[in-house]
Amino acid sequence: MTVSTTIILRGRKVCGGRAEGEALVTRQTIPGWGGVNPVKGVITETQHDLRGVSFKDKVLVFRGAKGSSGWSAMYHTTRLAGTAPKALIFNEMTTKVALGAIVMRVPSITDLDQDPLDVIETGDWVIVDADQGIVEVVKRAAVRGG
Amino acid sequence: MESVMTLTRDEQEMLDGRKGKATQKAMELLVRYAEALGAERFVDTRNVAGVPGSANPFLQDYYKDKGADGFDAIFSHFDLDSDELIETPQALVPTYHLQGGADPTAWQTIGVKVEVFRNYQEREAFAAAHDVGILKTCTPYLAGNVPARGEHLAWMESSAVIFANSVLGARTNTEGRESTSAAMLTGKIPDWGLHQAEHRYGTHRIDVDVSVDSVMDWGMLGYYVGDVVQERIPVVVGKYSQSEIVRLKHFGAAASSSGGVEMYHIVGVTPEAESLEMAFGPKQPIETFRYGKDEQRRVYDRLNTNASDSSVDFVMLGCPHAAIEQLREAARLLEGKRVSANCALWIFTSRAVKRQAQEEGIVHALGNAGAVLLTDTCSAFAQALPPGTKVAALDSAKQAHYLPAILGIQAWFGSTTDCINAALTGRWSGERP
Repeated sequence: MTVSTTIILRGRKVCGGRAEGEALVTRQTIPGWGGVNPVKGVITETQHDLRGVSFKDKVLVFRGAKGSSGWSAMYHTTRLAGTAPKALIFNEMTTKVALGAIVMRVPSITDLDQDPLDVIETGDWVIVDADQGIVEVVKRAAVRGG
Repeated sequence: MESVMTLTRDEQEMLDGRKGKATQKAMELLVRYAEALGAERFVDTRNVAGVPGSANPFLQDYYKDKGADGFDAIFSHFDLDSDELIETPQALVPTYHLQGGADPTAWQTIGVKVEVFRNYQEREAFAAAHDVGILKTCTPYLAGNVPARGEHLAWMESSAVIFANSVLGARTNTEGRESTSAAMLTGKIPDWGLHQAEHRYGTHRIDVDVSVDSVMDWGMLGYYVGDVVQERIPVVVGKYSQSEIVRLKHFGAAASSSGGVEMYHIVGVTPEAESLEMAFGPKQPIETFRYGKDEQRRVYDRLNTNASDSSVDFVMLGCPHAAIEQLREAARLLEGKRVSANCALWIFTSRAVKRQAQEEGIVHALGNAGAVLLTDTCSAFAQALPPGTKVAALDSAKQAHYLPAILGIQAWFGSTTDCINAALTGRWSGERP
């Protein structure tokens, strides 16, 4: 028996484009300068729940941005270093994350009709169509054929 | 480029390329950014603080490999996020360079190689030649750029942004490298967030129920507040005293590090919070937090999480850059004494405050005691420590937040006196509050 495990979320385009990949989810805000190594593509902040985890090629699902004004320059650098996430899905709009998203040039969506942190789990397959403002979530169980 | 925003005639002309190619690219970036935010229009600014044209070794190597490592290339491709290479014009509006590079006289002290220092000098000359005021500090408000209440700014540096909004009543969001460089050429920034009165009211209430008095106390309170409100606007009320500039500098720097606070109100202290009612305006607090002895101790423990060895080999003061009052205090605490042979004491400040300290004989006094006064940068920003450093002592919650994460060392957090004592003895003897 197959149970449908695809969920559709609708939101607002922050940066256009379409991408898909495996979700990396954190309920915490994401640090910029001083809390991330953009060349390696990992969070380095001590006590962060993603410390040491790579966000390269992931669909990053997170609360918002925090910390230094160097946020955009750090994530801009991930694009040059080839370590950027494939797409961003986030809840809280700030100047840091807006500027960061556009210089990273990755499809990005916010203001979703359901809390993405409740719906999406790390490992789910996520398709982000930012131009249409649509996020399609294929649950991990389905991805693994479960 | 088309835009759904409401643009003025001069903004449309900039976007159409009638004010030059670089201005067009700057405007395109600002439009993409404003639309990402959901802003409907721009606000004019004549006060920009950023880091135009600067480059760390990664960026230098990256663009060198692409065969386009000139100053204009980095400004075009990185500052303006433009795929086209364009000649950089002069700043259109008053623009200032924040921290970066290395002390122009003591760069070797912080381990900067000669070729790297030459590059810093060339980048500084490039900025200066484009009418950028060279302040080289995270505290522009202590170095000659003091905005007026209600003035719209485009500032980087989270600790300066929070100070400008909260203490001075000026208006700025936390801008980034690219948006400040674009504002430098256009005098425009998205009219969003803290530029608008209705977004400056408090969201969360913090009841302070333990005495908050010293720089250390204010730093711990700031670190707590940032953690609980994240990027919202706290209204602080209760048992605090001595809320002068140095303490507010440390409070704000901490709140913008543990969270993303860009504005706060302290009732009876900050200009938009003469009363609790004024601070919240039409809004009700979303949540109230009580900051008492237990919360203060937890903050202290958290800031000291990474420290265990009591022998200290490095003490760093001046985050954000030391005010003249802090240099006077350090000189007083060091008077007639000498920094331990097993420990280094570095104090970071701005070039402007150093000049004042020179006038007052403080530079000489600090040097006599074995302290090193440095400008332009700090240990976290420059990733610079005395060789062999394993354990540091810091009086800044912001620096304690960043330094262990960036450089993998142990760091004690305490009062300025605890830190100076550690420098004199080579041992940590700070006490939990």
